[in-house]
Amino acid sequence: MAAVKFILNGKPQTVDVEPRMPLLWVLRDTLGMTGTKFGCGAALCGACTVHVDGRPARACITTAQSVAGKKITTIEGLSADRSHPIQQAWIEEDVPQCGYCQSGQIMTAAALLAKTSHPSDADIDEALHGNICRCGTYQQIRAAIHRAAAIGRGAK
Amino acid sequence: MKRRTFLQSAIGGLVVAFELPTRSRAAASKLNAYVHVGSDDVVTLFIAKGEMGQGTVTSISQLLADELECDWKKIRTEFPGVSREYGFQGVVGSASIRTGWEPLRKAGATAREMLIAAAAQKWGVDRSQCRAENSAVVNTATGQRATYGSLAEAAANIAPPANVKLKDPENFRLIGQPVKRIDTPSKVDGSATFGLDVRRPGMLYAVVARCPVFGGKVAGFDDSKAKAVAGVKRVVQISTGVAVVAENTWSAMEGCRALAVKFDEGARAALTSAEISRQFADRMDKAGAVARKDGDAASAMASAAKKIEAAYEVPFLAHAPMEPLNCVAEVSADSCEVWASTQMQTPARDLAAKVSGVGPEKTQVHTEYMGGGFGRRGGVDYIGEAVEVAKAIGAPVKLTWSREDDLQHDLYRPASLTHFAGGLDAEGWPVALTSRIACPPFGGVRDGLSRTGVEGVSTMPYSIPNVFVDYHAVDPGIPVSFWRSVGYSQNVFFTESFLDEMAAAGSKDPLEVRLRLLANQPRLKAALQLAAEKAGWGKPLASGKGRGLSVANNIGSFTAQVAEVSVDKGKVRVDRVVCAVDCGHVVNPAIVEQQIQSGIVFGLTAALKGGITIDRGRVEQSNFDKYDALRIDEMPRVEVHIVPSRNAPGGIGEASTPGIAPAVANAIFQATGKRVRRLPIRIEA
Ligand code: FES
Ligand code: FES
Repeated sequence: MAAVKFILNGKPQTVDVEPRMPLLWVLRDTLGMTGTKFGCGAALCGACTVHVDGRPARACITTAQSVAGKKITTIEGLSADRSHPIQQAWIEEDVPQCGYCQSGQIMTAAALLAKTSHPSDADIDEALHGNICRCGTYQQIRAAIHRAAAIGRGAK
Repeated sequence: MKRRTFLQSAIGGLVVAFELPTRSRAAASKLNAYVHVGSDDVVTLFIAKGEMGQGTVTSISQLLADELECDWKKIRTEFPGVSREYGFQGVVGSASIRTGWEPLRKAGATAREMLIAAAAQKWGVDRSQCRAENSAVVNTATGQRATYGSLAEAAANIAPPANVKLKDPENFRLIGQPVKRIDTPSKVDGSATFGLDVRRPGMLYAVVARCPVFGGKVAGFDDSKAKAVAGVKRVVQISTGVAVVAENTWSAMEGCRALAVKFDEGARAALTSAEISRQFADRMDKAGAVARKDGDAASAMASAAKKIEAAYEVPFLAHAPMEPLNCVAEVSADSCEVWASTQMQTPARDLAAKVSGVGPEKTQVHTEYMGGGFGRRGGVDYIGEAVEVAKAIGAPVKLTWSREDDLQHDLYRPASLTHFAGGLDAEGWPVALTSRIACPPFGGVRDGLSRTGVEGVSTMPYSIPNVFVDYHAVDPGIPVSFWRSVGYSQNVFFTESFLDEMAAAGSKDPLEVRLRLLANQPRLKAALQLAAEKAGWGKPLASGKGRGLSVANNIGSFTAQVAEVSVDKGKVRVDRVVCAVDCGHVVNPAIVEQQIQSGIVFGLTAALKGGITIDRGRVEQSNFDKYDALRIDEMPRVEVHIVPSRNAPGGIGEASTPGIAPAVANAIFQATGKRVRRLPIRIEA
């Protein structure tokens, strides 16, 4: 066990865990932050996507020690009140079905939007390719990302 | 911890408004099992079914709230525990709306009438002078209003009227509207609680090592290395394998990897997919259990002007819901509680009661959101495992399946083989069709016949005068069960592809043949005409592209699909799918549209990618690398058209899954002249 420090959703956090323990389980089991989901454990589905220093990362293969000193944002920290343009757009398009993949989809989409304010369909395909939705909400996800880009534009 | 408080208070009959914490102290009155009304006007609707994405929470609420005449903004929903009040609690066969259509509207209407009666009593007027609207009762003579909250306590003491009048559909306010899903907000901020998100004080985490070979068992194990893994607390043998119990999920998984288990692999240790196919094929020249017999197929075939034959085969499929299976269980000497994302609350309760030994009265199931189910969560195996571990260790436990466990220990959609023969008359119209099917029996067998094994072929909607379908139950020992759309998932692929072959053999347009043979199926025919028209059937396409048709009549609904594909050097891309659906009276058109898209994606994954294969008695795929799902860049444009209908509602969650594979296969034929007779689709370049 070792103490690992990082910034979680804007607040300093220290956890005492096995250094090799994936961030996914640190978040879910150690810290009780269950918004980040387990889908495959092998970087194949995107359900566990969080931001590490602003970039999307698969928490299931990101070890605790590798995020020491870094800034981590999870779905719980994306906004305090579902006001992030991606969340607003997700609500307006009523994207989720079972909802289980959606934290990962939203975090991936938010990272895309931060980098590319007007993503094309090809940008969306590339960024979201790694996020599986077994319920098949892809058409709504695409529409919601375009809508979020428009919301973001309006806000500026 | 908010949740804990909430659950405790709900058990006492006092319902705390979870979504509206500022009003959390209001007492609520029970008008019936489905409707409680709080003194603060908050109406709690009890949803006795599970939510796995199909929109049940929202559409059931629409049925209740419309008749109740309550303000949609004042409702909250809750999954009740298992109780006789609700009859059988489980979701299967896309039946929630079909079976709830009358009783749930009645429950809403009964509560409304009780509130009206309470108001009439309060004002000393005849109830005919009172009308309910927007969570209040209005005195039509005086304009006086009383809110539901103010009437709730009195209403609860009024005897429920026996025969309530349901609303005229003309007056529906919520039913038929694209009401936004109730569960969306909690699913965009990570706050929705799925089974895997449940936490209990003192809870430990378990992962189970199971024999990879079907039918094998544990012969012995050495847990010294597992126990050396940091965080591992206990190792216990249970009926399905060896459970490693730890302080967190990851330690349990690591412990499981370190565990040395010796398995007795049993009788199937050499089984392969090729051997299973051989077992099916061996039956193709023998008569099976008769599933359908119209006219005299043998003589009609003998005298047909033209005869064609073809064999079709599909593999086993896993469900792979996004949320791996899991269950939290807490067992004491006189109580058992489980928290689970399950499609089957009543069977879950019964199994937990049995395994814990405390009996059904002392066992409770807390229903959580399901991260997908697709039929897998119709099984309760994982719930029994969690109870077994919790009982063995004497502490609350969360048992989690890894994705590997999920794919290798599923209850699979059966593999299946069929041989078809089709006879055409001198003008090229189908006059005879025979189909012999071999697949593992599922859903019960009577007189050698598994109805689910043949449904979709035996229930084929076409008026072909001579039809003969028979079936062989061949059980190679792979566990099988229901997978979204059950037998239709493979059998509609079979019939709709072979019908296309018959159309081609008779040099006829596939649409023309179907329309003619659907003369006695007006709803299916109308859906087909609509889909064909919207898709531009018959309009020219660029070379390398093609369109294909299919129809399906499952779960009381009627669907027709037109797929448009491009084939380039053996690579198939589905560009567009047009689906017309007649699912009777629509409760929520936005959810219908979502479910049609969802079912298409699910069926397309199976058509293009899916396939569980067996080698040495075990599943060869273990994660999404070898058992992939359709991705966003492969998503076709899906257009949904609803046929307006006042018929009783049909199901929707499984309606579009069967038809997509044959529509795509038929489109590939149009594009390339190559006939797809096996899934997943593989085309030579
Ligand atoms: S759980 Fe991390 S990518 Fe699937
Ligand atoms: S909404 Fe269910 S997996 Fe995406």
